[in-house]
Amino acid sequence: MKFLDEYRDYASVQRMAQAIRRTTTRPWTLMEVCGGQTHTIVKTGLQDLLPAEISLVHGPGCPVCVTPLEMIDRAVAIAQRPEVILCSFGDMLRVPGSAQSLFDVKSLGADVRIVYSPLDALQLARANPKREVVFFAVGFETTAPANAMAVWEAEREKVPNFSMLVSHVLVPPAMEAILASPDCRVQAFLAAGHVCMVMGFEEYLPISRKYRVPIVVTGFEPLDLLEGVHMAVAQLESGRAEVENQYARAVRRAGNRPAQQRIAEVFEVTRRAWRGIGEIPSSGLRLRDAYRRFDAESRFPVEIGHAAESSECIAGLVLQGQRKPYECPAFGTRCTPDTPLGAPMVSSEGACAAYFHFGRRKENGDSIVSIAASDH
Amino acid sequence: MAILSCPLPRPTTDRILLAHGGGGRLTNQLIESVFLPAFSNSALESRHDGAVLSAAGARLAMTTDTYVVHPLIFPGGTIGDLAVNGTVNDLAMCGARPFALSAGFVLEEGLSMETLRTIVASMRDAAWAAHVAIVTGDTKVVDKGKGDGLFLNTSGIGVVVAPHPVGPESVRPGDAVLVSGDLGAHGIAILSVRGGLEFESEVQSDTASLWPAVEALFEAGIEVHCLRDLTRGGLSSALNEIASAARMRITVEEAQIPVSGVVRVACELLGLDPLYVANEGRLVAFVPERDADRALEILRSQAVSAGAVRAGTVHEDVSGIVILRSRVGGNRVLDMLSGEQLPRIC
Repeated sequence: MKFLDEYRDYASVQRMAQAIRRTTTRPWTLMEVCGGQTHTIVKTGLQDLLPAEISLVHGPGCPVCVTPLEMIDRAVAIAQRPEVILCSFGDMLRVPGSAQSLFDVKSLGADVRIVYSPLDALQLARANPKREVVFFAVGFETTAPANAMAVWEAEREKVPNFSMLVSHVLVPPAMEAILASPDCRVQAFLAAGHVCMVMGFEEYLPISRKYRVPIVVTGFEPLDLLEGVHMAVAQLESGRAEVENQYARAVRRAGNRPAQQRIAEVFEVTRRAWRGIGEIPSSGLRLRDAYRRFDAESRFPVEIGHAAESSECIAGLVLQGQRKPYECPAFGTRCTPDTPLGAPMVSSEGACAAYFHFGRRKENGDSIVSIAASDH
Repeated sequence: MAILSCPLPRPTTDRILLAHGGGGRLTNQLIESVFLPAFSNSALESRHDGAVLSAAGARLAMTTDTYVVHPLIFPGGTIGDLAVNGTVNDLAMCGARPFALSAGFVLEEGLSMETLRTIVASMRDAAWAAHVAIVTGDTKVVDKGKGDGLFLNTSGIGVVVAPHPVGPESVRPGDAVLVSGDLGAHGIAILSVRGGLEFESEVQSDTASLWPAVEALFEAGIEVHCLRDLTRGGLSSALNEIASAARMRITVEEAQIPVSGVVRVACELLGLDPLYVANEGRLVAFVPERDADRALEILRSQAVSAGAVRAGTVHEDVSGIVILRSRVGGNRVLDMLSGEQLPRIC
């Protein structure tokens, strides 16, 4: 497969790993922002190839993980209305709300469907004029253009039975929140390539300057990630703090202007609560007044009680890179993908799920072993 | 920053979820917590694809399987040949020559007669190809809306030809792990025609009888330790079940595992891992190192296993885990599928 195979090539990856070993003289902590990057790292065993001085911590870029509990409860409540077909991306269905997940209510008879695109949900609304089709719109800047497009088309065609439950979040404010935390360990970022494909990377320049932190826009294949690490480490070793673009085959400085325009036309920036992290100002998107009639929150008012929170799950610390998943006492024992305590154990982009499936697992009762520690 | 905490959800064990039928972790939990305690006996507890029984001086294998695939007719097959091949394969995995099958049909009111005829014809053809007869059957019709067109159960008996027990208990450290061909074609062929997700592809289901491959191994005197057909849950689930039952560690090389270009592209697009995607005409065989090269040659001489490769090795280690050495040279655990494999968000 062109554009994939060459970035998974054994020799190129080994060469890049060697270049990183040559460049590194001191310990450095880097955060990859996106959950897709976390999965590549864990799934291909990239950490094995890095020198011991380089520590990769995993960032908040898992859309499912940061969607607030209250919003999942809202989706679950809306899905239980008999007239509603609730559509979402597959991952969202498994995430536990305070009492139930969307999968749970699906097994009880709610009409919950997986779609690959919000435009499929819109098509479902056209095909089922007697039903109310609600699309659960979660995600970062990456999914925002398609969601904006679906609302824009629904408005143009006056589709009355389509609406969107919007829980969009934005990456740069979350990176700033992490840097501003007194416990922050992150010395450089590998920024999320797909987000930058839409938004460009100009908005990272002030963050890099203000916090003196290298930010490298990075792709998702093993070679991309190692090259991103190499560029970030080279900056750290030489005392630079700049924004660089490793993912130049997909990302331009200004991003995708038409996509940005469609987002700006349909959505406006708002404060947003991040699950496990808390409220971050100007960190989310909501529908503008002109499109407010497509807002599922106002179309289906539901009472959501305050959700009970468990003290055991450390998802917030994991999402901010302050803890590794296996440092959680519940990891792999009381918290597994089948009995998740928190969203990062559920999502295919969650760091805890990545470590559970690919990296470390429960063995001999309660002890967790690293596969890196066993012989091969 | 606000409070760093997450909610405690109620584990869903009071109700059947779709994932209980997915062939992964929940399926195993269901078997272990509901079926095994109720039906406990030694044949069942071997947890193989079929039971091996002694009756009147003969060693017989018996198996049953129920098919609920949708759509009923898909690129490369129908629910009918899938059922016949699946049952033949389960017997073959016990080292048994398939002898006779039964077929139980649950038909939904309103099913088109032409569809039924097509399915039955494909069963006839598959049974003919596998030299097995469908000797008894049953038909029930349910009200419209109570079934998905047609559900099909097939059971089979076979005569064991394997001179030694074939199963996880016979797996030994040093055994070579052979995979009979490229993975994922059946699952992707089904997905490509499933409602809401139609995409153009030339992928055909790999549904086929594996008996010719198995028979050739036994005829050549290969000391086959374990066989498993790679159905639901794909290669990873089969390897995990065997590693865990044998209490051995299995290591496999990602770069050696064959996946066709079209299946790889479809998996990339859909966010699926081909190692978890279903197959209906592929097997994994465990043979001693000294027989490995000859076994590969024999497998490659049969049409159904012409693409056979050596994918890995068994190691002494009670952990029962499967380690995958990735294409770029890192190591990771190859876990059993948890829940359903779902497309990711971005």
